Amino acid sequence: MNNVKFHKYDTVIVGAGGAGMRAAIESTKRSRTAVLTKLYPTRSHTGAAQGGMAAALANVEEDNWEWHTFDTIKGGDYLVDQDAAEILAKEAIDSVLDLEKMGLPFNRTPQGKIDQRRFGGHSRNHGEAPVRRSCYAADRTGHMILQTLYQNCVKEGVEFFNEFYVLDLLLNDVDGVKRTAGVVAYELATGDVHVFQAKAVVFASGGNGKFFKVTSNAHTLTGDGQASAFRRGLPLEDMEFFQFHPTGIWKMGILLTEGARGEGGILRNKDGERFMEKYAPVMKDLASRDVVSRAIYTEIREGRGCGPEGDHVYLDLTHLPPEQLDAKLPDITEFARTYLGIEPYTDPVPIQPTAHYAMGGIPTNVRGEALADNDTPVPGLYAAGEVACVSVHGANRLGTNSLLDINVFGRRAGIAAAEYADTAEYVELPDEPAKFVLDEIENLRDATGSERVVEIRRALQETMDKNVMVFRTEQTLKEAVEEIGQLRRRYRNISVQDKGKRFNTDLLEAIELGNLLDLAEVTAVSALARKESRGGHYREDFPNRDDVNFMRHTMAYREVGDDGAESIRLDYKPVVQTRYQPMERKY
Amino acid sequence: MSTAVMDKAEAEAKGPASHLITVTLRIRRYNSEVSDEPWWDDFQVDVDPKDRVLDVLHTIKWEHDGTLTFRRSCAHGICGSDAMRINGRNRLACKTLIKDIGPEKPISVEPIKGLAVLKDLVVDMEPFFQAYRDVMPFLVTTGNEPTRERLQSAEDRERFDDTTKCILCAACTSSCPVFWNDGQYFGPAAIVNAHRFIFDSRDEAGEQRLEILNDKDGVWRCRTVFNCTDACPRGIQVTKAIQEVKRALITRRF
Repeated sequence: MNNVKFHKYDTVIVGAGGAGMRAAIESTKRSRTAVLTKLYPTRSHTGAAQGGMAAALANVEEDNWEWHTFDTIKGGDYLVDQDAAEILAKEAIDSVLDLEKMGLPFNRTPQGKIDQRRFGGHSRNHGEAPVRRSCYAADRTGHMILQTLYQNCVKEGVEFFNEFYVLDLLLNDVDGVKRTAGVVAYELATGDVHVFQAKAVVFASGGNGKFFKVTSNAHTLTGDGQASAFRRGLPLEDMEFFQFHPTGIWKMGILLTEGARGEGGILRNKDGERFMEKYAPVMKDLASRDVVSRAIYTEIREGRGCGPEGDHVYLDLTHLPPEQLDAKLPDITEFARTYLGIEPYTDPVPIQPTAHYAMGGIPTNVRGEALADNDTPVPGLYAAGEVACVSVHGANRLGTNSLLDINVFGRRAGIAAAEYADTAEYVELPDEPAKFVLDEIENLRDATGSERVVEIRRALQETMDKNVMVFRTEQTLKEAVEEIGQLRRRYRNISVQDKGKRFNTDLLEAIELGNLLDLAEVTAVSALARKESRGGHYREDFPNRDDVNFMRHTMAYREVGDDGAESIRLDYKPVVQTRYQPMERKY
Repeated sequence: MSTAVMDKAEAEAKGPASHLITVTLRIRRYNSEVSDEPWWDDFQVDVDPKDRVLDVLHTIKWEHDGTLTFRRSCAHGICGSDAMRINGRNRLACKTLIKDIGPEKPISVEPIKGLAVLKDLVVDMEPFFQAYRDVMPFLVTTGNEPTRERLQSAEDRERFDDTTKCILCAACTSSCPVFWNDGQYFGPAAIVNAHRFIFDSRDEAGEQRLEILNDKDGVWRCRTVFNCTDACPRGIQVTKAIQEVKRALITRRF
């Protein structure tokens, strides 16, 4: 039997990427805080973000936060909650300045100010032309943000529990209201189970892109926070909206920043044609990501793809001076050399869209409070970053808005959680708080079934790539739902080879797969029900946006019948609209 | 139709069998739940020469031996999880392609040296991060904060650019013979991160950091072996950075 250890903190933060550490810097100043993280903080996938962080600093040309708000809402195809987008764009400015004061080494203008560059979907005066809004540090902006936040966590004395994997959220009914009581974590090094009682819990555990095969996501991005919340009866919002980044390395999916096009890079088909001119006459290669990814696949489908199989297009940087590539895009040019053996000075780089970012997640309000339904917060529960859905990204996130999101809403969630913890009482732990986790671990370790994690994960990734990617139809989505259902049944019969306690990553991967299966099902079911095309969700059988029936957020709930059978119930939530009326979306 | 295209890409990615070669990975194993002593295991695997060592480790873990344990996350050289000793040299498994490391002979894979092995390729990173934390790896300023950003010229920003690239993978520190022999030495990575702030024109704690590194276990322990520079997967001129810190200690100019 496992040894269960108990801890008590005011605030517990789950995850130590950008959002988690930004929250921790605030909450540690205000409350006794523990950060539980599956990875050492600096391993988090925030570090893989490249191109920049948007803020209308107007350091190099005229800009203002209202234009940024509009671009964010238009980019999200009007599924964005407009009050949240306004906060995002307004607070962006201080958010970037705060990071600079914390030490972030931004690139500089000749006057010594933070330099800015162009990025997809960011425009001057409501779509007139691209604007320089992305604050950047070469093509390593995410790396610099992650390092700077970790440095400041060290400075503030933030308490980390590294390689603690949170497997369960503890809620308890008090006076008929579900309240946050804490979390349960599995310590990877020892196999021990830890119960953390907390007044406030902040989920900042990142995305779930690993249910796709071709993805820019890390192996560890398995939606652990989303899955824990969902299993405890909380809704997941807009899970059908997943972003496919236009420029992943062909077959591998490794991200090549949109900043490459911001610096002047051009997408070309096999005829050398700059095809984006046809699809987005004004913004061209800097149209929003959903538009560019669909354009790439349209070129490929119509026979204008490159290579013997015609299955990719080129990112052409050869007309840019080598000094510019070295100064502004050193990492991605090195990726091309390392993984493809291609010299970007002289040769175009083969690319294809890659599964990149979950717009959906745990619904929150603008304070970062997680919601139990369309508008009731769960007392003591918060979420920020990719795990959350505020919703500032709507149906399609703009590039550079996620590094912004983690800073603006990570900070807000950290402050709100600590302030709540300051006045709230501890909620009593439920009976046998670790039981679910102990059972799950023991069952997996003792299981002797014939199914293997690798096979089910591979089948899941294949069906998601085939059926739930850039182009979707009722038929492909039904096929996905059916196959995921079968895989979930097979999953009950898996076993792991490693029966040990110490650093059992075999067991960890099995648990992660369970989370991916749950979230893939929510994604496919939500996508099947959305009979329209909007942002990253494109239905060939319903190619138009339908504002009458679908300008609303999807809210998916897990239901368990009297017979124990699980199902997903879909509900909807209105979009918050302030000053912007939906318009046709052109770039 | 995109579906058909993806299937083809996938088929090609797997490639015809003739692209594959058979390699032997000779992996240093340790599991205190099984034995007090480490041992070596050989695995023969069919791989594409363009595969990363990390891909091959995954193949072994997923298809042959689920107990094989290593850290990894991003799989493209950014997160710093999978530094290991491959054919006797510290590298990131996700940035090392099979074709580049002599696949005709057995490829040895060991944990990085100088840090306690916890299981297989997983080492205890705590002493490494403790040394990092000890050099005050954060910006220190005094006086009133400006309303806008602090100004910094492009030249001043360039001065410490090289050392901002560090991903804390420990490839440098665990390749250093001084560090192997003496667990007290701060090690190259900590000095690199001190350099990053000492030479940042905005920072005001350079003197304090220099005093920390002037310690008997500080920068003077470096014997200029250059292993660290060779090992750095980010191409940081680690030895040069250490020399610059030494020079700053002598001249007190930085």
